[in-house]
Amino acid sequence: MVETPNTVTLRFRYAPPAGPGQFVMIWIPGDDELPMSLSYTGDPKGVTIKAMGDTSRRTLSLPVGTLVGIRGPYGNQFDLDPRRILAVGGGSGTAVLAPAAEAAAQRGSRIVAALGATTAPELLFVDRMKAISEKVEVATDDGSRGHHGFVTDVSRRLLAEQPFDAVWTCGPEVMMKKVISAADERRVPVFCSMERQMKCALGMCDACALGPYHVCTDGPVFPASRLTPIAEFGRTKRDSSGRRVPL
Amino acid sequence: MADLRTTLVGHTFRNPLWLASGIWGESGNSLKGAWEAGAGGVVTKSIGSQPRMGYPNPTVVTYEKWGMLNAMGLPNPGIEEYPQEIGIARSAGAAVIGSVFGADAEEFAQLAARMAATGVLALELNLSCPHAKGLGSGIGQDPDQVREVVRAVKRAVKIPVIAKITPNHYDVASLAQAAESAGADAISAINTVRALAIDVRLRRPVLAHGLGGLSGPAIKPIGLACVWQIYERVRIPIIGIGGIEHADDVIEYVLAGARAVQLGTAVAFRGIGIFSGLAKELSERLDALKVHRLEEIVGGAHTTATPQ
Repeated sequence: MVETPNTVTLRFRYAPPAGPGQFVMIWIPGDDELPMSLSYTGDPKGVTIKAMGDTSRRTLSLPVGTLVGIRGPYGNQFDLDPRRILAVGGGSGTAVLAPAAEAAAQRGSRIVAALGATTAPELLFVDRMKAISEKVEVATDDGSRGHHGFVTDVSRRLLAEQPFDAVWTCGPEVMMKKVISAADERRVPVFCSMERQMKCALGMCDACALGPYHVCTDGPVFPASRLTPIAEFGRTKRDSSGRRVPL
Repeated sequence: MADLRTTLVGHTFRNPLWLASGIWGESGNSLKGAWEAGAGGVVTKSIGSQPRMGYPNPTVVTYEKWGMLNAMGLPNPGIEEYPQEIGIARSAGAAVIGSVFGADAEEFAQLAARMAATGVLALELNLSCPHAKGLGSGIGQDPDQVREVVRAVKRAVKIPVIAKITPNHYDVASLAQAAESAGADAISAINTVRALAIDVRLRRPVLAHGLGGLSGPAIKPIGLACVWQIYERVRIPIIGIGGIEHADDVIEYVLAGARAVQLGTAVAFRGIGIFSGLAKELSERLDALKVHRLEEIVGGAHTTATPQ
């Protein structure tokens, strides 16, 4: 299923139970194996892939019927208890927020969503979020749809307009940091879905080390209160060698 | 409570349970975390001269209970940048052992000197990685090269030197003897056992590199045999590695001749809490066995039987 010009969802039957927030390792034989958050956690499950690096580009052009390997699911899940949730997604970050918002809405939580992208066609899952949200607002860098500017401006305004019990966010770390600071002013707890280089996904190889945590086993969902003390958060990641490199 | 302290390589460790190289040790915060979780010592990822990305994924294959296959390909940030990570671990008071790998004696010696300068209390030479061509066991399967590397490193540094030995050799003890003859201060044994997994539907090896190394409970009997044989042939202390998860695993290794042990796969399977949990379990088990000090029973099984 093509979601945007650069984003495709792959659906597959895979029995092990999974919850919103968790990820799987998708093995493209002969190429690489990548961590991908589940964008659908029921049956069939799904991952929503944005063309970023070489492997994700090649994955998107695989012929139908290509066998791929899947292991997992790994990692923790979003806590679905908050009653009033603001979901702030940047770019393909919405992929992991959508199943979580759906699950929370089904349990009776009220969802408000702020979704951002560089340009209108790249906005992801707007209709899907609209189906379960009280309100969905969008922002684009080029002003082609919704607010002309950053989704962080929108989320700051939404936080001022109404009370929330939690903010969920996934997207570029600079964006998430701004979301956190706006929510901090209102004392609303924030939960971030984090991304790092992953190899083993078992909490062993240290590739996804982030401060004292491993994103694969301690995350990928972290309360912002754990992230903000980490100097690397929003600044550096680690490459495949473990070197610290700018985000 | 039995005394778990163990003394080797010029240091008294608070317990014999070390974090093995390759697990958690790429970042200083993780080393610090393992120390704070109760590890008796922490061994760094194997560090080389240059940053190294390692192999593409898949780099691991797991089996339910008995182990794991990996071919990471020695990823590491390189000796230029790594000292900052050691600094983080040392500032937490961790007993840090620096692991290095090189292509020849000269590279090992240069790396060893730079690693020693970071303040680690000992070095572990990776003579045993089974899946990196010309490195690790590429060198470590030849007793002459082991001797040459250890000799060069001993000349280059003042701190104790541990040689980590491969099990992928018909006479593992001969490798330990070679290291001892060149001045090694201790032996770690074993690294992973060369192994393979194939996907039957794809008809190809699962690991991107093809061959990998097996770790976890499956290799405990192999590690024990190696430690046993090494103990019979060298005088220097031995650090046992391979499939340790429970107190009796540790005690078996100690009875075979190990003065300390390292945990790797168990950290992935059971979490970092294994260090404190296992220390407690070990202490209780030794109490039940009426052993007051762990060090009393090092090599203790050799007095009652002598399998060759």
